[in-house]
Amino acid sequence: MKSLKLTAAALVASAAFAGVAVARDQIQIAGSSTVLPYAKIVAETFGETYPDFKTPIVESGGTGGGLKEFCKGVGPDTIDIANASRAIKDSEVEACKAAGVTEIQEVKIGYDGIVFATDAGNADLKLEPKDLYLALAAEVVVDGKLVANPYKKWSEVNKDLPDAEIAAYIPGEKHGTREVFEEKVLAAGCEASGAAEVIKAAVAEKDAQHAKCVAVRKDGLAVDIDGDYTETLARIAANKSGIGVFGLSFYENNADKLKVATVSGIVPSVETIASGEYPVSRPLFFYVKKAHLGVIPGLKDYVEFFTSDDMIGPDSPLAEYGLVPAPDAEREEVRKAFTDGKIM
Amino acid sequence: MSQVSPMSSMSSIGASARPGRRDIGLGRRYAAERRFRFYGMAAIGFGLLFLFLLLFSVVSKGYTAFQQSMITIPVAFSEQVIDKDNERAANPQKLVSANYPVVARNALAKVLGVDEKDRAGLKAVNGLISDSVRTQLRDLVVADPSIIGTTRDVTFLASGDLDSAFKGQINLDVPEKDRKISDRQVGWMNQLAESGALSKHFNTGLFVNGASSRPEAAGVGVALVGSLYMMLIVLALSLPIGVAASIYLEEFAPKNRLTDLIEVNINNLAAVPSIVYGLLGLAVFVNFAGFPRSAALVGGLVLTLMTLPTIIIATRAALKAVPPSIRAAALGLGASKMQTVFHHVLPLAMPGILTGTIIGLAHALGETAPLLLIGMVAFVADVPATPLDPATALPVQIYMWANEAERAFVERTSGAIIVLLLFLILMNVGAILLRRRFERRW
Repeated sequence: MKSLKLTAAALVASAAFAGVAVARDQIQIAGSSTVLPYAKIVAETFGETYPDFKTPIVESGGTGGGLKEFCKGVGPDTIDIANASRAIKDSEVEACKAAGVTEIQEVKIGYDGIVFATDAGNADLKLEPKDLYLALAAEVVVDGKLVANPYKKWSEVNKDLPDAEIAAYIPGEKHGTREVFEEKVLAAGCEASGAAEVIKAAVAEKDAQHAKCVAVRKDGLAVDIDGDYTETLARIAANKSGIGVFGLSFYENNADKLKVATVSGIVPSVETIASGEYPVSRPLFFYVKKAHLGVIPGLKDYVEFFTSDDMIGPDSPLAEYGLVPAPDAEREEVRKAFTDGKIM
Repeated sequence: MSQVSPMSSMSSIGASARPGRRDIGLGRRYAAERRFRFYGMAAIGFGLLFLFLLLFSVVSKGYTAFQQSMITIPVAFSEQVIDKDNERAANPQKLVSANYPVVARNALAKVLGVDEKDRAGLKAVNGLISDSVRTQLRDLVVADPSIIGTTRDVTFLASGDLDSAFKGQINLDVPEKDRKISDRQVGWMNQLAESGALSKHFNTGLFVNGASSRPEAAGVGVALVGSLYMMLIVLALSLPIGVAASIYLEEFAPKNRLTDLIEVNINNLAAVPSIVYGLLGLAVFVNFAGFPRSAALVGGLVLTLMTLPTIIIATRAALKAVPPSIRAAALGLGASKMQTVFHHVLPLAMPGILTGTIIGLAHALGETAPLLLIGMVAFVADVPATPLDPATALPVQIYMWANEAERAFVERTSGAIIVLLLFLILMNVGAILLRRRFERRW
């Protein structure tokens, strides 16, 4: 009994102690799982380079989840930075404003390439946006009419492709990657295959036209992956003829298990993505609360450290991991915009 | 299955004295029993098979994580690199920000005979060394600046790619451009291994280091401490609250509609998906009460809510199992109701309560979903000093490592699973020992 009373007393004491909200001395970051590995490298190096500051905490949870947390308000109990694999949406800026987060600074850290890859044992694969559209769209044009996608094999789409069942593992709808896939692959393929013309004739509304162009078939041949690239890799290992969508850095770390496909004849690499030759890439961002600068110790130093050429330049650890650095002038612009305190 | 009621079997025993009526289905009943035993053994065999498969896949992938490749070479702490202009007396910060990776790189390049002008070669040499060498050498120099200008043997971590290659986890038969380690680096690896400079050591870092983006320096230290804090909080809160609630409900509360309603609710809560508790914890503890995000304290409170129903149900079952005659005897000898409960009923129910508590704790130890929402699924590098500091938990660390791209994280994921299993075994053995100690028979 005595010990029971003691525990109870200890608990009350600890609860009272916890009730005193302590000012935070550690940067808190949340958001995109694509940006996470880069943010981890920067956070770790930051903690080592500045022993006076604690290593920032980086949560994962997706671009949307991170921005939602970011837009909860201002103060030490809200996060300081949201990582994003797409630009913030107007609706999210509105939500932020409504909660009092009026000053948001946008920082672009570089570009991420999205590659298509298949099992290493397969023959070389040459893809065009048009082929991917015909293989994966919900509806395609046959004899001038929109019909449910009839293709079952890659060779039916394009005779140069292998004679295998269509199986594609694409990022699920909650991923920022999905949007890039829709815009840069499906919408482009929709135009290239001539389907866009037919859709324009059939549907009047512009949004509906676009939605029809990027709708993915639901008959099981295109599989949404809601997890990470590790899951896609496991699916490819199980189905050797399947094609998966990966980030460039993930592919480079697993190049002995995967064979990358060319898109429009271009092999994806840091060079071809930086030059814009390879078509499927997207910018990566993080968003900072201006109100927290100067309040949370080290926040300003962290952003400056992140945007320095030592971190996101062409010869930096992030580039080594697979980030495609932005051109010199663009990086300079990003740094200047942050120092000037430019808000959205 | 033929049914033999007690009455008919009794009568058949009575009838067995009379000759001629021997067919009482004995053979059939024995056969049924043999069949049932076989089903039982098959069920156990099935369970064992899956246990074996699980352990085999985890251990075969993970045992290498307990070893780490290290490079031991003489390192010259060159004044030229660390403190060129001899400013360290005036500006101690100079020693903190010096370029230590170059010190290690130059040392390794010297051992391998790489020319100073061979820039590609130096870059490849750099790829063999873990970046964590920066803090390691810095700590050495800051602790004792007099080693600048001398040469000492230093053991430091090999890079994750070298580690994977040295353990044979990278397929060296594929073309050079398709792997993370070049032919030249493989040659150096063999050279270092032959000279004894590259060898495998026990991986203490796996247990003490926090999360890291470099697989070779990553460990479950933060997760272990975080899980420990949370288990202590869960134990300290849910055991007294749960036991008090069940004793009241079982021994003192009147049996009416209200207590029935409470019982239904408790049983319901035990089946609520754990993510719901995460949402509740986020709303109540983080947003309303203002506890810090990612802190083990909040995680512990959320897991307490989740564990309470399990403990209450187990405790009530244990109290119910104490024979009413014990209570009647105590009351009959003049003990008060409270004395009856605390002196007689509770000690007898203790083994059952402890079993329920340990099952609840083990369940809480393996949870990730509720922790996601309160910010504990995160990259945390610093070991938390108090439960108010940011921390992660063991299953969270496993989940995060499973999503990493680098090959060297594959073995670490399985290594962390082994650590989690050991933690669970420890808890369960503790439960069995406690139960043995408290067990009483009547």
